[in-house]
Amino acid sequence: MSTPSTNITSMPPGPVIKSKLSRDDIVMRGGMVVIALYLIVTLAFPLYAMLSKSFSTYRFELSQYEMQVSDQDGVFDGTVLNPVDLNAATGAFEDADFSAGSDSRLAVTKLFPDFSFRSPVMYQIRNAQPGGRFLVGSTLHDDMEWLTLDSNSFRRVQLRPVKSTGVDNFVNYFSTPALFNSVKNSLVIAVISTVVTVTLAFWFAYALNRSCMRFKGVFRLIAMAPILVPSLLPGIALVYLFGNQGMLKELLFGASIYGPIGIVIGSVFFTFPHAFLIISTALAISDARLYEAAVSLRASPWRTFWTVTIPSARYGLISAGFVVFNLVITDFGLPKVIGGQFNMLAVDIYKQVIGQQNFEMGAVVSVVLIVPAIFAFALDRYVQSKQVATLSARSVPFQPSPNAKMDRIFLIYSSLIGLFIVGILAVCQFAALVKFWPYDLSLSLNNYQFDKMDGGGWNSYYNSIKLGLLTAVIGTSVIFFGAYLVEKSNGFRVGRSLFQMIAMLPMAIPGMVLGLAYIFFFNNPANPLNVIYGTMAILVISAVTHFYTVSHLTAVTALKQMDREFESVSASLKQPTMKLFTRVTVPVCLPAVLDISIYLFVNALTTVSAVVFLYSPKTSLASIAVLNMDDAGDIAPAAAMGMMIFYTNAGARIIHLILSKGVLRRTQAWRAR
Amino acid sequence: MTQATASGDLYLSITNLWKAFGEFLALKDISLDINEGEFICFLGPSGCGKTTLLRAIAGLDLQTKGEVLQDGKDVSNLPPSQRDFGIVFQSYALFPNLTIEKNIAFGLENTGRGKSEITARVNELLHLVGLPEQGKKYPAQLSGGQQQRIALARAIATNPGLLLLDEPLSALDAKVRVHLRHEIKELQRKLGVTTVMVTHDQEEALTMADRIVVMNQGVIEQVGSPTEIYREPANLFVADFIGEMNQLPATARGKAGISIGADSDIVKSQEHKFADGEAIVAAIRPEDVIPHANGSGTPDETDVIGDPENVFTVLIAEMEFLGSFWRCRLQNEYFCDSELIADLSINAVRRFELEAGKTMVVELPQNRLMAFPRSEAS
Repeated sequence: MSTPSTNITSMPPGPVIKSKLSRDDIVMRGGMVVIALYLIVTLAFPLYAMLSKSFSTYRFELSQYEMQVSDQDGVFDGTVLNPVDLNAATGAFEDADFSAGSDSRLAVTKLFPDFSFRSPVMYQIRNAQPGGRFLVGSTLHDDMEWLTLDSNSFRRVQLRPVKSTGVDNFVNYFSTPALFNSVKNSLVIAVISTVVTVTLAFWFAYALNRSCMRFKGVFRLIAMAPILVPSLLPGIALVYLFGNQGMLKELLFGASIYGPIGIVIGSVFFTFPHAFLIISTALAISDARLYEAAVSLRASPWRTFWTVTIPSARYGLISAGFVVFNLVITDFGLPKVIGGQFNMLAVDIYKQVIGQQNFEMGAVVSVVLIVPAIFAFALDRYVQSKQVATLSARSVPFQPSPNAKMDRIFLIYSSLIGLFIVGILAVCQFAALVKFWPYDLSLSLNNYQFDKMDGGGWNSYYNSIKLGLLTAVIGTSVIFFGAYLVEKSNGFRVGRSLFQMIAMLPMAIPGMVLGLAYIFFFNNPANPLNVIYGTMAILVISAVTHFYTVSHLTAVTALKQMDREFESVSASLKQPTMKLFTRVTVPVCLPAVLDISIYLFVNALTTVSAVVFLYSPKTSLASIAVLNMDDAGDIAPAAAMGMMIFYTNAGARIIHLILSKGVLRRTQAWRAR
Repeated sequence: MTQATASGDLYLSITNLWKAFGEFLALKDISLDINEGEFICFLGPSGCGKTTLLRAIAGLDLQTKGEVLQDGKDVSNLPPSQRDFGIVFQSYALFPNLTIEKNIAFGLENTGRGKSEITARVNELLHLVGLPEQGKKYPAQLSGGQQQRIALARAIATNPGLLLLDEPLSALDAKVRVHLRHEIKELQRKLGVTTVMVTHDQEEALTMADRIVVMNQGVIEQVGSPTEIYREPANLFVADFIGEMNQLPATARGKAGISIGADSDIVKSQEHKFADGEAIVAAIRPEDVIPHANGSGTPDETDVIGDPENVFTVLIAEMEFLGSFWRCRLQNEYFCDSELIADLSINAVRRFELEAGKTMVVELPQNRLMAFPRSEAS
């Protein structure tokens, strides 16, 4: 045998072997393409529609028209009048009058100072260039024929604007201080809320993980409660506490709760559980050996804290910071309820779209809002990728030792936080049960007669349940299956990494922006998917897409824990992969599947921002009802509906818990030895 | 040497196989023939490409270039589901939520077999692997060795033509491992299934394989029966990787002669192809060194010296007791800075009254003294 050549450095040229695709490969790739298409249609296309909308400007162009005026007998002398010259002569319109929205109209009679709709004078008008458009009444004329009209009809002539593409909207936005100020406001509020929330949540998590205080279980439960309610509920509670007729109004020493103070306090409330969860996870995984080493080196507790505790929790802290920042800056419900005259970006979108029907400007604000959101998201992903597992298999879990003084301090601190959270919820519940705050404090259920209020009545509550269930079932199926295809299929590398990227995108897109983008995309009559506009379907799609990323990551994490070779074994046994999926993968991943469905259910019930532009009178939702009733001044019913959401979600959580335990006991017997 | 030793017909034929991961070549121009019913081991250090080759045979990670013929059929570009093999992984990959029975039955379903037929086959397999009572349990309730056997039963349930074992024993305790080695080999012999096993454990390969394929850095260094591989390594890598091998700098002298170091008297060696005077490496296994006398020079009357030229007087620098034998480090001016390691029987040490610091006479027998090119020395 000759000496083998271990130093070969290149392959001979020639074609590379291409695998024949098995049925499974085709099924899996097909599935992946379908789900990727779903994400493209429900995410990429709408966002593109919105982006192009933000660059669309509309303007009246007088030069596109020509007119003629007859004498008193209705005889034309053939003189063609140019409206531009007419305007120059009469000064009828300022330049600013020509700026328009997509639906604007401009009446032309102002160009003729002598115009009277009773006069016998006749008028002629035509489009001088192709593409010109004007209305007579509601009839559109876009040809170039002369149209002869009597005075009374000429009164009803309206010009339509010309669409062009450019940055005018953005220029307009940044030169309008009322709008531009919101950027600063949003950033300031988000930063302050982030610092406060992360600090409070860190010490709370620290108390729960590193002290021996009592009632840890209760505190953990309380800390998670805000996740179960819409973000605008704390706003309502704050109105009752510190508003114009609030019971603790004096505590603010004349400052108003309507504005930055209210937004920050409310933001701390609704972002607290998110920050707490992340930091708590970071603190829970700690290596006791590091602390033993610190003690043996005679480091003071203070020094140990800064050299061991903080560094090991730093990724958690940073991640929590980004998450809170993102939640606050994209939140709409809270500043809407308690913001008063203090403008924030998300509210601006709402005001532009709902209040002023200025969709282009709404799109511009959305684009502006996406920037910090994507920035925070990208930074967070970057930091997460830097994080390496600090805990090796040989780590010894940290066991806190009792310290009477510190434990008492932590208990007092945690009680204060707990009081804050429970207090907010209790105020809402109390206000909902009171007859007429603050004059008649006797209890009644009047505020639960939602059908008598503005906001959709009990129907909106049932709609919400329906939305929650549909989102949970459909969302979990689509997301888990998609994650499985990406995680476990062979080859198709480009397609798979592309899919992973698209799946991460929804997290960076604020709900308001997604909702607005859906208007532009799905409400376009030219879109065949237009039929779902105004139905429950679009709400489900919006909710699934909006909450896609977290669910996807949960699924991927669970799937990564499955043996990589299951698919290989199944293929070697000539069994279809889908059999493996239903008989092994899904049952083994059932805990994750249930987690995803409860996450989707709860969020579908509490979200306002993702659905506020998309509901129709038939599909009004509980969270929207809270918003609308509050808007209409029915604050107590709003609080009542908010608490209905809370109890529903709490109930769902309990059912989820019982179900998980039951299902686990039955199907996961194998876990026990 | 690539000729198969087992009697069966050619079953698996690999021709000019290449596998590239980006710039890195994991397999370089691999060609290999495997006969029906053979037990083949791919042996090599980690990263040598042995698992990559196995996965290419299975179709789990397709090769970049090259052909794989199985049972006369070109399977080069077929997906795993269209090939004929059963596989056992290091992790066993038993489905954790299915009972042992269901695990074994997994591949039997949808194959036109009736329920009772499947049950019968499962029971047969459980008996075959010696776990007849465990069918209702879940994998986590079995020991590692038992799980291993279930994975094996599942892999052979459908009577595949080829059994692939990817480091099947490396997750087990040493004792269980030795026991299972024997069982797997027995089972394979009984079933007569062509088997390819990947391992980095030379003992495993030597005891189980009909033929061993020694791999290194993406190429096959040698193919041969365990004794061939051990007694006639094709090169220094094989010599060094399998068993222990003394390597002494030497110079070629004639067709079957060498000088140890640069200038010892010419000693006889195996025939080699080196030119006279070429710098080479002389190699001999420690157990092949023959002791003849202690330093006082009184040769044993009964002792017969095979090659008088191949005798050296050495200083015993160190002796290490290893239970069944002594490992001795021997020095001689011709060995330069290298030491010659000799594994001497307890009997010989007693007979020659050997101890560290004394001198003794050893023979490097001609038929065990090999010559390799110097540049290969690792």
